[in-house]
Amino acid sequence: MLVIAALLPLVLQDYLTIYATRVLILCLFALSFDLVWGYAGIMSFGQAVFFGSAGYGVALITRDLGVTSMLIVLPAGLLIGLTFALLLGGFLLLGRHQSSVIFVSLGTLTGSYAFDRLARGWYYLGGQNGIPSIPPMSLGRYDLDEGPVFYYFALGILVLVYLLCRFLVGSQFGLALAGLRENEQRIAFFGYRVQRLKAIIFSVAGAIAGLAGSLYAFHEGFVWPNMLGVVMSTQVVLYVLFGGAGTLIGAVIGTVVIEAVSFWLSNSYQDIWPIILGVLLLLVILFRPAGLISLIVSERERVGGFGRPPKA
Amino acid sequence: MALLEARGITKIFGKLTALNGAELTVAENEFHGLIGPNGSGKSTLMKCIAGAETPTTGTVKFGGRDITQFPPSERTRAGMSLKFQITSVLPALTLYDNVLLALQAQASLPSLVFSRTRGILHDRVMAMLEQFRLVDHAAEPASALSHGQQQWLEIAMALAPDPKLLLLDEPTGGMSLEERRVTGELLQPIKKRCSLVIVEHDLDFIRDICDRLTVLDQGSVLDCGSVAQIQSSAKVQEVYLRRA
Repeated sequence: MLVIAALLPLVLQDYLTIYATRVLILCLFALSFDLVWGYAGIMSFGQAVFFGSAGYGVALITRDLGVTSMLIVLPAGLLIGLTFALLLGGFLLLGRHQSSVIFVSLGTLTGSYAFDRLARGWYYLGGQNGIPSIPPMSLGRYDLDEGPVFYYFALGILVLVYLLCRFLVGSQFGLALAGLRENEQRIAFFGYRVQRLKAIIFSVAGAIAGLAGSLYAFHEGFVWPNMLGVVMSTQVVLYVLFGGAGTLIGAVIGTVVIEAVSFWLSNSYQDIWPIILGVLLLLVILFRPAGLISLIVSERERVGGFGRPPKA
Repeated sequence: MALLEARGITKIFGKLTALNGAELTVAENEFHGLIGPNGSGKSTLMKCIAGAETPTTGTVKFGGRDITQFPPSERTRAGMSLKFQITSVLPALTLYDNVLLALQAQASLPSLVFSRTRGILHDRVMAMLEQFRLVDHAAEPASALSHGQQQWLEIAMALAPDPKLLLLDEPTGGMSLEERRVTGELLQPIKKRCSLVIVEHDLDFIRDICDRLTVLDQGSVLDCGSVAQIQSSAKVQEVYLRRA
């Protein structure tokens, strides 16, 4: 898969390479949601808050401070995502009592909606139109324009983050996350500080979403309120459910397939493509609730093992 | 000094008074049985001690510290461990991972992220599985176990953090006679390591394993004493006969 991804810009026309770059960035965003939902069982229906606020954040840094160096803007986007996730996560997850899935999903959804409204109404943030004409990211005197170079840059970051996530979920910390997802109350009785665990993974995922959001802002060259809102938040949920939650690679597959199919459909069936896509998604969720990935990986393999394999 | 002292525990759920000034004192390395008719408040008292419920009034002291308001994770860190009445092993994980999960609970975050204790804990995981006769199933998911085996796994997990006090809520629930006998055998060696509070319907089982008994009836302590004392107690006889 990586080989195909590496060769893609050589065979694709330019506008398709740009589209593919966007898909890679969305894959990164999907990874962040898979980490919170697929691994820790936290239903974050507001993952776009971290994606979008980082996008807006870097857009403002560029517009008002004139800074475009990627050594500053990308870490800044990461930090913005992390900070907002800490704030929202702290508010929703760190109560005296454990918070239910419904509470967290509605809370994050509301957060997403509120940020969307705020961005639309706030003149400083450009209101409905967002912030246009963001200049390209730079490294020294080099400007990173959209095209094959940006593609490889995004691919490199995606692979790096993917490997980091893999490392994290395969560690003993990953085992604690699996316990969190399976039975939160039970592991509290083992002595796990459940809420702290949740806040940590929520923030890590927020940071990844922030990184994705800042890449997205520079790639598209503008940010607009949808990036923060419910539409984007729901979209990432669909990517991950479609591909298969709790597998990391499923998030990537889901994003690529949904985006590719919608690209193809929107060209071939201009009028009815959203309906066809909707039906497709519904079919997968109905017949393959564990996502596309379940066609190749069994439930048992998906959960996997954390300990050294005991002697046979 | 007693290891555990629960004083004047009252728990009211809406209009129902589940506990009404219940008391429980457990010394170090004592096996203490908690018995009583259905609905007498045994499980609620266990939950108040373990932190699954907060008592309406009363205090729980553990090792001299007042832990009444501690959340469950902090009670476990103080040295208390609970096995639930309903088995709640993590069915999707292997037995090995279930035990590892219990053993590593108090490790620091960096050591979890970098899996620093995985090697060290391996032997302990295997020893726990060995002790509870589950080692052949180590790589299977917990959902594949029989009910009795799940109970043993659950006890193994509760023992994993090396607690000073182990709370067992109906460890032999749903077990066959043979499984009960084995459970008794499995619990005996624990005596050197920690105290035990055990809620159980099977009076034969509890008589064999416990040093002292507390009898609850309608949310209050009816009687408390050694097994022999309780067996000859007229009050206890009366309650059990009345309900039989």
